[in-house]
Amino acid sequence: MFELLGIPPQVLMGQLLLGLINGSFYAVLSLGLAVIFGLLNVINFAHGALYMAGAFVAWMLLNYLGVGYWPALILAPLAVGIFGIVLERTMLSRLYHLDHLYGLLLTFGLALIIQGLFRNYYGISGLPYRIPSALAGGHNLGFMFLPNYRAWVIVASIIVCFGTWFMIEKTRLGAYLRAATENSALVNAFGVNVPLLLVLTYGFGTALAGFAGVLAAPIYSVNPNMGADLIIIVFAVVVIGGMGSIMGAIVTGYMLGIIEGLTRVFYPEGSSVVIFVIMAIVLLIKPEGLFGRAA
Amino acid sequence: MIRKLALGTALGALAAGAAFAAGIDVKLGVLNDRSGVYADLSGEGSVVAARMAVEDFKAKDKGLNVEIISADHQNKPDIGSGIARKWYDAEGVNAILDVPTSSVALAVADITADANGVLLDSGAGSTALTREQCRPTTIHWTYDTAALANGTGKALTEAGGKKWFFLTADYAFGHSLEENTAKVVEANGGEVVGTVDVPFPAQDFSSFLLQAQGSGADVIGLANAGGDTVNAIKQASEFGITQAGQKLAALLFFITDVHALGVQTAQGLSLTSAFYWDQNDQTREWSKRFMDKHGAEPTMVQAGVYSATMAYLAAVEALGSADDGKAVVAKMKEMDIDDPLFGKVKVRGDGRAVHDMYLYEVKTPGDSTGEWDLYKQISSISGDDAFLPMLDECDFTKK
Repeated sequence: MFELLGIPPQVLMGQLLLGLINGSFYAVLSLGLAVIFGLLNVINFAHGALYMAGAFVAWMLLNYLGVGYWPALILAPLAVGIFGIVLERTMLSRLYHLDHLYGLLLTFGLALIIQGLFRNYYGISGLPYRIPSALAGGHNLGFMFLPNYRAWVIVASIIVCFGTWFMIEKTRLGAYLRAATENSALVNAFGVNVPLLLVLTYGFGTALAGFAGVLAAPIYSVNPNMGADLIIIVFAVVVIGGMGSIMGAIVTGYMLGIIEGLTRVFYPEGSSVVIFVIMAIVLLIKPEGLFGRAA
Repeated sequence: MIRKLALGTALGALAAGAAFAAGIDVKLGVLNDRSGVYADLSGEGSVVAARMAVEDFKAKDKGLNVEIISADHQNKPDIGSGIARKWYDAEGVNAILDVPTSSVALAVADITADANGVLLDSGAGSTALTREQCRPTTIHWTYDTAALANGTGKALTEAGGKKWFFLTADYAFGHSLEENTAKVVEANGGEVVGTVDVPFPAQDFSSFLLQAQGSGADVIGLANAGGDTVNAIKQASEFGITQAGQKLAALLFFITDVHALGVQTAQGLSLTSAFYWDQNDQTREWSKRFMDKHGAEPTMVQAGVYSATMAYLAAVEALGSADDGKAVVAKMKEMDIDDPLFGKVKVRGDGRAVHDMYLYEVKTPGDSTGEWDLYKQISSISGDDAFLPMLDECDFTKK
């Protein structure tokens, strides 16, 4: 069998698969950001905090109400989405007519407040959340041991990502949404309730963050900073994919997960910066992003 | 006229009496991480511990007016240095306590020496505090990376874990912990088969764990701390690494980390600690009071803040003043300390507090009877075996 730069193919296959798993998280999170930015023109810095909140809601459901992983997969995103709707109605909607920067500052401040509140009540060390028993264990694929839960993460994220893409690009509701972002006054005049569309979009985008949080709870430490560490990478993913491009966010998410995974084999020290290096290169060569349309 | 004189004398006596009752003023500053990754293992808990020390020492009855202030150094040396300078220069702080994060601790150690204050460090791990950067005003109380290596590293190598693979947090502390442990492993007939430097902080360790798995090592040494360690252990269990027979060594592991993982995931892990709440009646009694105030069991860092404060106050009482930091530290080095939490403690000439360390194993879910019933003691390591020998040039009792 061939070897690539001294790395046996088995190892390479394993790392590709792991990259795909990480890419799943990037994809779901950057998708939420892209939906919100594409349709609302809001740079949602609270996304990481809402992802963290999703994981915490799953933990609370289990520990306070005895509700397990599977119902939490629906209930936690719902709770986070409703919270997102409250934020949109009470604060964010007042800023639509202002510059992007105001939305960014507001959501950034909200992120700090949400993280601070969780830190105050639950401390920084994190909380345990177990893998659901139906997905415990794993399979030996020959080149690596694949935990069942990680396989599920890939499947779940692909379903959610492409479901979202389909809804926005191929359905009537999606068409309204896209039309409302192009010219909201006109769509309003046709009798479509545009403010309702926008609030639902924000709710849906934040629910996606909550969903990713529940997916992450069994494998990453559930702690108040878990979103803060991830959000910057996810923003880089969105920028590389092209701000607001739904498909761009999805494909770039998976792709960068894989590139990061390979970096971990060839040059582990560089794995935390590789995404930003790519971002810089993309911005130099194609500033609108890989899948973005020139403004 | 006579009446006026009498009144004046009485007032004068009263004023003198008040001055006498004022006694010795001592101001302590707890400087640690109050919002970041080390906030649970030090943070407010260390302030609670320091307050308990002042109460238990009965400072008021002994004529000591102790005031405790605290601040967040955010794990940044520049911020920590700024606070330390302000405390010494403008606020009359006599001693700074805790200071986790080695880079901050080393910066504060220098400022303390310049200001002739006292640094009672409990939270930091670097051996440099009592070696390359030893100062006559530094006392390093609870643990250091060498003691951790001599505990966990030695025990696992002797138990048959000859081949080691390190996952090292890519910054000063991680490298120092790896280096210390590698030395101990090699000295005990083991070898290091590989190392990977993991960017800090990291969420996903699966790639690195897979590399460790492929290396054929007996032991995977985690030279990291806090959330990184928790994530790595959680994922090692998920990828079936521990089930397949490779052992994990969490080289720096606090009770708050074990609590965060739960015994299901953390069971069987070996770790080294200077303190565990369920060691004996005294630690249980003290920890119960701590729990009532703070809502969590104390970490070894918080227990160390308590013990160091007790010893410090005893030295100040003996000297009758807290003004000369160097003198207070010298006094502490003379004393025989018998501490309720750490047992017999001797502060060496270089400022290293020498006491027993303990090797623990995390209990199985079947053995654990409560949320915080987490450790089973495997052995105790005498202080002389745990800590590195003193460097002659750092022996300040000879100077």
